[in-house]
Amino acid sequence: MNKPHEPGSTEIAEITDKKKRYSAGVLKYRQMGYWNGDYVPKDTDVLCLFRITPQEGVDPIEAAAAVAGESSTATWTVVWTDRLTACDSYRAKAYKVEPVPGNPGQYFAWVAYDLILFEEGSIANMTASLIGNVFSFKPLKAARLEDIRVPVAYVKTFKGPPTGLIVERERLDKFGRPLLGATTKPKLGLSGRNYGRVVYEGLKGGLDFMKDDENINSQPFMHWRDRFLYVMDAVNKASAATGEVKGSYLNVTAGTMEEMYRRADFAKELGSVIVMVDLVIGYTAIQSMAEWCRANDMIMHMHRAGHGTYTRQKNHGVSFRVIAKWLRLAGCDHLHTGTAVGKLEGDPMTVQGYYNVCRDSVTKTDYPRGLYFDQDWADLKKVMPVASGGIHAGQMHQLIDLFGDDVVLQFGGGTIGHPAGIQAGAVANRVALECMVKARNEGKDILNEGPDILRKAAQSCTPLKQALDTWGEISFNYASTDTSDYAVTPAVA
Amino acid sequence: MMTNPTGRITQGQFSFLPDLTDEEITAQIDYGLRKGYAWSVEYTDDPHPRNTYWEMFGMPMFDLADPAGVMMELQACRKTFPNHYIRMMAFDSTRNVETIAMSFIVNRPANEPGFGLVRQETNGRTVRYTVHSYATDQPEAKRY
Repeated sequence: MNKPHEPGSTEIAEITDKKKRYSAGVLKYRQMGYWNGDYVPKDTDVLCLFRITPQEGVDPIEAAAAVAGESSTATWTVVWTDRLTACDSYRAKAYKVEPVPGNPGQYFAWVAYDLILFEEGSIANMTASLIGNVFSFKPLKAARLEDIRVPVAYVKTFKGPPTGLIVERERLDKFGRPLLGATTKPKLGLSGRNYGRVVYEGLKGGLDFMKDDENINSQPFMHWRDRFLYVMDAVNKASAATGEVKGSYLNVTAGTMEEMYRRADFAKELGSVIVMVDLVIGYTAIQSMAEWCRANDMIMHMHRAGHGTYTRQKNHGVSFRVIAKWLRLAGCDHLHTGTAVGKLEGDPMTVQGYYNVCRDSVTKTDYPRGLYFDQDWADLKKVMPVASGGIHAGQMHQLIDLFGDDVVLQFGGGTIGHPAGIQAGAVANRVALECMVKARNEGKDILNEGPDILRKAAQSCTPLKQALDTWGEISFNYASTDTSDYAVTPAVA
Repeated sequence: MMTNPTGRITQGQFSFLPDLTDEEITAQIDYGLRKGYAWSVEYTDDPHPRNTYWEMFGMPMFDLADPAGVMMELQACRKTFPNHYIRMMAFDSTRNVETIAMSFIVNRPANEPGFGLVRQETNGRTVRYTVHSYATDQPEAKRY
């Protein structure tokens, strides 16, 4: 006989006292058809890999079945109304459980979901199912959604990036090298006029993009319209000074959709090529802004503000590779995906896995990079990954070796903090970038010869010499939290 | 004379570096060919940032696998248009790419006057911007 054990139940205490009965409640999931070790996933199934940490005494297979149950049709007890439905279709099926290498008590659980469980073109619906209730489920100490395979049939119901990295390059007329950006600093306190100065100096000096930070919206020190007006003067002035298309990500994140549309419309009126939103606006708002961008020829930059609260710890939450997959489907053109060498969390191979998710036509299974499924993107447009946070010109060889050409490298402090000024900082980064791409194409081993290549380029470029002298030795060499379970990957110093 | 740090138009992959020698251009062409790209030579006397379609100096060289052959086309273009902007373009026909994979300038006019910014005041504080090329005030072929 089961007792209710859902959060908020008045009988919680009684159940924790009656451990055996509590375990029997979990056993029910297995008996109800949420475990099938012989199940062969269909090409049209959504597949999920969960990392689960069952409570003491809970069998891992029972726990996996519970995850399948709680993320699909099950409730804590049997309901006769199941019999009014084709209930077997609606039951997710856990079909494989394996211990996580080197992590006693943790298990990988593979779960398959029939396509009928999901609404077309809705990340909100997909996430409400897959991460809706199950992460609070008591028989598990912790759970993490490690990876997901979205079937082609479902992928085709999403419109994906409004522009995509291929068309972005064509619009910007920039090919064969990473793009360069910088976040305007200090992130808070500059007036619109002062803010535009930083943008102008950075772009004229050689950057392709400048960027609003995630928390620049419309605060007392700078109204959003003021920022947009000054920034666009800076962008156009820099474009005339260099003969290049330039942009600055105007952050339109606001309290309501109506206000975001208002700000985006003004950005368009002023001729901006790009707008920006923060991940915290939520999936539905992101899909709506992607619609707006598609209708207005706009590139959409996504800052992953807040993701570290649920992606960083390995035992609980949602891996960023899953977030990246949802965001590619939902539709954004730029996505912050980590630097591996900078100031923010990121194990190099794990971060490369995120880049693959953004840029592949078909993402192949690659356990050391945390990719547990083949994912066919069905020709969905590609997302331009953005590497931002504590990186500098002296790491150019590492960055290009890790990430290749299709990435925006953002040097905020590494541009604006240059001892000879912002333009000099931009020059240093652009020269470092171009000399490293050239050397790689010439067949040089940039990972080993990189420092020499930079020093040589610095002989005829004082700003680069100053940058290397200032930051050449700076590294953030801390062990990563979110690391591969299948490879030893020391931090890149 | 332009006032940006390079003193010139900075389009393309390598505008911040010293002009590439023919040997260095050959190395880049070789890299592209090994990647399976098709090279093309384009020229213009209208380098406006949004002038997408430079003139094609012949068709893209889809079946040419020898960098020396590509360099011959470049030399012929330089001879015909010594004062124009000339760029090398590599096309990648891979599914889901199907765009330009490399692009860099290999010839420039001796003097690059650059662009002016025309501001048209409109409603309120809104300004409409036009990037205007000084050179294009002259007719085609008489600009540099």
